[in-house]
Amino acid sequence: MLANPEVAKFVERYGIIAVVAVMMLALTILKPDVFLSITNLTNIVKQNASAALLALGMFVVILTAGIDLSVGSVMALAMVSLAVANRAGYSWETILLIGPFVGIAAGWVNGAGLTWLRLPHPFIMTLGTLNIARGLTNLVSGGAPVSGLKPEVRYLGQKTYDFGIFAPPAGIPASLFLVAICAIGLWFFLNRTSIGRHIYAIGGNPQAARVSGIDVNRVLVIVYVICGFFAGLAGLLLAGRTDSGFPNAGIGAELDAIAAVIIGGASFFGGRGTVLGVLAGVLIIGLLRNGLNLLNVSVFWQQILIGVVIVAAVYVDVLRRRAAVRT
Amino acid sequence: MARKPSKKPSSSEPEKPSAPLLEAKGIVKYFGAITALRDVNFHLNRGEVLGVVGDNGAGKSTLMKILSGLYAPSAGQIIFDGGPVAFASPREARNIGIEMVYQDFALAGNLPIFENIYLGREPGRRILGLTIVNHAQAREMAKEHLERLKIHVKSVDQPVEELSGGQRQAVAIARSTAFDARVVIMDEPTAALAVKEVGKVLDLIRGLKDHGVSVILISHRMDDIFYVCDRVMALYHGANFAEAPLAHTSRNEVIGWIMGTRGHKDSPAHDRVH
Repeated sequence: MLANPEVAKFVERYGIIAVVAVMMLALTILKPDVFLSITNLTNIVKQNASAALLALGMFVVILTAGIDLSVGSVMALAMVSLAVANRAGYSWETILLIGPFVGIAAGWVNGAGLTWLRLPHPFIMTLGTLNIARGLTNLVSGGAPVSGLKPEVRYLGQKTYDFGIFAPPAGIPASLFLVAICAIGLWFFLNRTSIGRHIYAIGGNPQAARVSGIDVNRVLVIVYVICGFFAGLAGLLLAGRTDSGFPNAGIGAELDAIAAVIIGGASFFGGRGTVLGVLAGVLIIGLLRNGLNLLNVSVFWQQILIGVVIVAAVYVDVLRRRAAVRT
Repeated sequence: MARKPSKKPSSSEPEKPSAPLLEAKGIVKYFGAITALRDVNFHLNRGEVLGVVGDNGAGKSTLMKILSGLYAPSAGQIIFDGGPVAFASPREARNIGIEMVYQDFALAGNLPIFENIYLGREPGRRILGLTIVNHAQAREMAKEHLERLKIHVKSVDQPVEELSGGQRQAVAIARSTAFDARVVIMDEPTAALAVKEVGKVLDLIRGLKDHGVSVILISHRMDDIFYVCDRVMALYHGANFAEAPLAHTSRNEVIGWIMGTRGHKDSPAHDRVH
């Protein structure tokens, strides 16, 4: 590989950012007038904000070598619940809390099912809650979209700040700030707190974590609660952006979240990955979709390409690791 | 994390210096219908390296798991430093200074050496039940601790998965002694090592003794036992079988104990064939 280990480490850590930069450069060259327009960039951020939150939550779960298939359904349940509460006339303060609360509750159920019922793999528990949450979503909403939200509820998903320099509706979206705060908070939690380090340790070797006196089950419950919390917050953003709660929201979103985490360089077997990588993974998928749209490529081809990127990203990772082992 | 204060106020100066540091009396352990240990008595003196031998299924590992808090005994009493103790978890055993080193090292390969040493006991500020880890402090503490034990590594930032088996075992031993351990239990610490690395780990065990740590060593290898131990005890079919100071026994006798024969001073038959 590279001669200098410092350079190799730098490439390993920030190479994914270079991929994002190259993609942006390519799109700028291919579609100079549209891609870099502030309206388009605002759109990319807004459209991918909830995907980014789902991916951040999924990342924490995948760090423990787990998986949470329920995030798409939980996001929809949070979204529809708050829309129904909005229709019922609750105050906006209450409604804002409903999204994260639904997510935390769902995450707790996942974590408790996994640890108390000792289900053999999180795939099974969260496959169950994927269906349960989707069913509840339809039950709560009667299977029909609920639209028209209070402006305060829409704020996080819809508001853009023009700072007096951008022409509305372009501007920096509030959701970008929310994602940034969540990402920085998560980075701090994972890297600077004991529980964050225990999450990495559990992904590396759960037995080692156990004999080190770490309450592995407690940490796992926390992990699934965090993932649920982010899904609930994603529901709040999506509700705000679309000014509604629709029961079919987020079908398959869990797979996009997994894809973003894996493309961002996290190991599916746990213990490896960074918050920055996950955000880059989300951006790579988002830019791919946006760019192919701008280039008038059909959505069917987009799906095929994203599939190819997932396989290619993991293969590059396999090559890199093999090279690292040899030296 | 601070250690719980010892129950005895003058633990640094025990009234009876000859009293064992760790003692187990009448230990019984059932697993369903199976009796793993029947009425086992055990003691470990201060500053002693005790070898524990026995065939597979003799109950060595079960006894060690009871002493390290992983299993609760079905009957019997554990006495540490003169007072009775009962452990609800390995953490409680660790809190009074009983540590365990596992055959498979039990390290997180993705984490650097210094994080493995302080895993579960990270130094830092505690806020709302969460420790804000001070990585710089942990790094320094790890460096000093490894130096004290004469363990040499390229950098404490190296991920454990890049280390050899012997280096990993050294890190595991460093972890077990990071917080003034008084007893370190080692379950086959050399079984997973390359031959050339065994000696280094055995020297490390001898070094622990010099630091005032008592060691329990489970091993199948007579070379290990006779290199580091002061005393050896044998379990057979879940019961005490024999024990002796190392100076009063021989390899062949100890091998005999493992197979359930006493007073076997001669060489085993297969050694005498030629």
